[in-house]
Amino acid sequence: MDVHEYQAKEILANFGVLSPSGALAYSPEQAAHRSREIGGEAWIVKAQVHAGGRGKAGGVKLCHSDTEIQEVCEGLFGRKLVTHQTGPEGRGIYRVYVEAAVPIEREIYLGFVLDRASQRVMIVASAEGGMEIEDISAERPDSIVRATVEPAVGLQDFQCRQIAFKLGIDPALTAQMVRTLKGCYRAFREHDATMVEINPLVITGDNRVLALDAKMTFDDNALFRHPQISELRDKSQEDPRESRASDRGLSYVGLSGSIGCIVNGAGLAMATMDTIKLAGGEPANFLDIGGGATPDRVAKAFRLVMSDANVKTVLVNIFAGINRCDWVAEGVVQALREVQADVPVIVRLAGTNVEEGQKILARSGLPIIRAGTLMEAAERAVSAWRNGAPVTNSERAAQ
Amino acid sequence: MSILIDRATPVIVQGITGKMAAFHTSEMIAYGTNVVGGVVPGKGGRTVEGVPVFDTVEDAVAATGAEASLVFVPPPFAADSIMEAADAGIRYCVCITDGIPAQDMIRVKRYMFRYPRERRMILTGPNCAGTISPGKALLGIMPGHIYLPGHVGIIGRSGTLGYEAAAQLKEHGIGVSTSVGIGGDPINGSSFKDILHKFEEDDDTHVICMIGEIGGPQEAEAAAYIRDHVSKPVIAYVAGLTAPKGRRMGHAGAIISAFGESASEKVEILTAAGVTVAPNPAVIGDTIARLVKAAA
Repeated sequence: MDVHEYQAKEILANFGVLSPSGALAYSPEQAAHRSREIGGEAWIVKAQVHAGGRGKAGGVKLCHSDTEIQEVCEGLFGRKLVTHQTGPEGRGIYRVYVEAAVPIEREIYLGFVLDRASQRVMIVASAEGGMEIEDISAERPDSIVRATVEPAVGLQDFQCRQIAFKLGIDPALTAQMVRTLKGCYRAFREHDATMVEINPLVITGDNRVLALDAKMTFDDNALFRHPQISELRDKSQEDPRESRASDRGLSYVGLSGSIGCIVNGAGLAMATMDTIKLAGGEPANFLDIGGGATPDRVAKAFRLVMSDANVKTVLVNIFAGINRCDWVAEGVVQALREVQADVPVIVRLAGTNVEEGQKILARSGLPIIRAGTLMEAAERAVSAWRNGAPVTNSERAAQ
Repeated sequence: MSILIDRATPVIVQGITGKMAAFHTSEMIAYGTNVVGGVVPGKGGRTVEGVPVFDTVEDAVAATGAEASLVFVPPPFAADSIMEAADAGIRYCVCITDGIPAQDMIRVKRYMFRYPRERRMILTGPNCAGTISPGKALLGIMPGHIYLPGHVGIIGRSGTLGYEAAAQLKEHGIGVSTSVGIGGDPINGSSFKDILHKFEEDDDTHVICMIGEIGGPQEAEAAAYIRDHVSKPVIAYVAGLTAPKGRRMGHAGAIISAFGESASEKVEILTAAGVTVAPNPAVIGDTIARLVKAAA
């Protein structure tokens, strides 16, 4: 789960990680008022959306008066911000963060990630702050400093000092760097984060170490023990279909193709999408309905997939292991009767009692196109999508 | 021979009183697995599916001589249960549970290192379908009948995609020595490399099939290991060719977040290491059949 910059900064502040003074606003008027509360002569106005690359996309502006802030905010609120991370649909701007502008001497990149190779938390830092980490690793890989945290004892002071010295930071600021690094690690550790990114961490003209931007991602699997983090979820920043799916216990990722997929198991779902692509089509979504494939889940899945207007064909691929194919087939038939999908539906069942399952699909009288293998299913889905119309009963009889 | 489990391996089920756990326990017993007991704190003294339940893994090991354990405990308590198994002297543990917090798994892995290598428990999973040595024993939730006994070793992250591969092999009349699910989580007990090592040493395994997916460095790590240490033919399939970068595809670990983590990059790395890569999931069986024929 992602949170907004201002929320990440609030969390980090509780662990001694400092940022410039700032406040949140829900309207242009409020934003102008916030700047007067903060004081000073220059402010940064930042659109709060769950995506990086906000600056280049015009979501971060430097302002010198409250009237300028109000004007800038009128252009931001209600707009969709499209950055290289949001996709073409963008993310709605409903909140802005107003922050005192600070004089910047140096910019540093600082990230905490779950490193899958060492299976530990890793710190990634670079003197090339402000750039995306992907660009830093492509263009200046030698500038990257890494350290892994021993989980039994946590991040040690010497590791933080080492990082600070390697980044060439003024020794007078070492203590501030140690506090910042340890604070980030404790926030990561105690809130079950999977990522903390401060880009940039700045050293100001008056020798303060401040987080100018902050991003935190939390482990969905650990939200059960962090109700205060769960409350920070902002559904306005999620794809409405994906949040509906997750509310129903389904795992869904919307894509731009026209062949909807309903599959049990994440690996098989990805494999099904790959096969569609190889057969010349484009998948409309990833959807894992879980191992069980109960009638209720299949029906929910159909409703979800059909809510995507781009979907012109649906491919159902279920490997029935413990649950037999006949039982899954009953579920598919029941779901199709309920949902009344008006596009061609291809069903491929495999596993236990497959013949019985096929018979149930055939007897249902529904315009279901059956397929025996994964490849056959993908090919039939692609040709049904190309031909457009649902297959009629007589065509089906001819199959 | 087979790896990790055999007909005689005494098995306990942690969390055996749960509905799913009890069901799969009966399936495992029906398959011929030597299930000797279960563990649920506070429920010691009961009997489930004809086997005794103990309060602690320590008690279960003392009473039954259990060597392997299947963890079916809900996510908040699963990490603790795995550590309990490691402490009680269990030799091999399979964790089925999906949804364990990543930092809990980091702690589990660190904890297991307190035991010297020769006494250290082997863990596969979490978030996996389990391990099966066809015709001998089943430690997991997979449908046993889709596997024929034979000489192909399977390692995979995904449950149902692994079934798909096994079913395709059965169509060809090709059997499996052992199939091991390593799970879809970012922090897992055993990697492809760990299991490849076991298959390389197993006389009963002639060909190895590796089913990977997007996300993480373990397929690339496996490629380097295969190039340098594996003499048996390896075929691979990597799922997620159409998965966009930065989006999590169901499994907690199935997300492309760094260079080398996409399906096409992994295919390239594996191919360069001499692995035969099945171009699509529908031909995993055909590809193995060709290799098996060539190896025979």
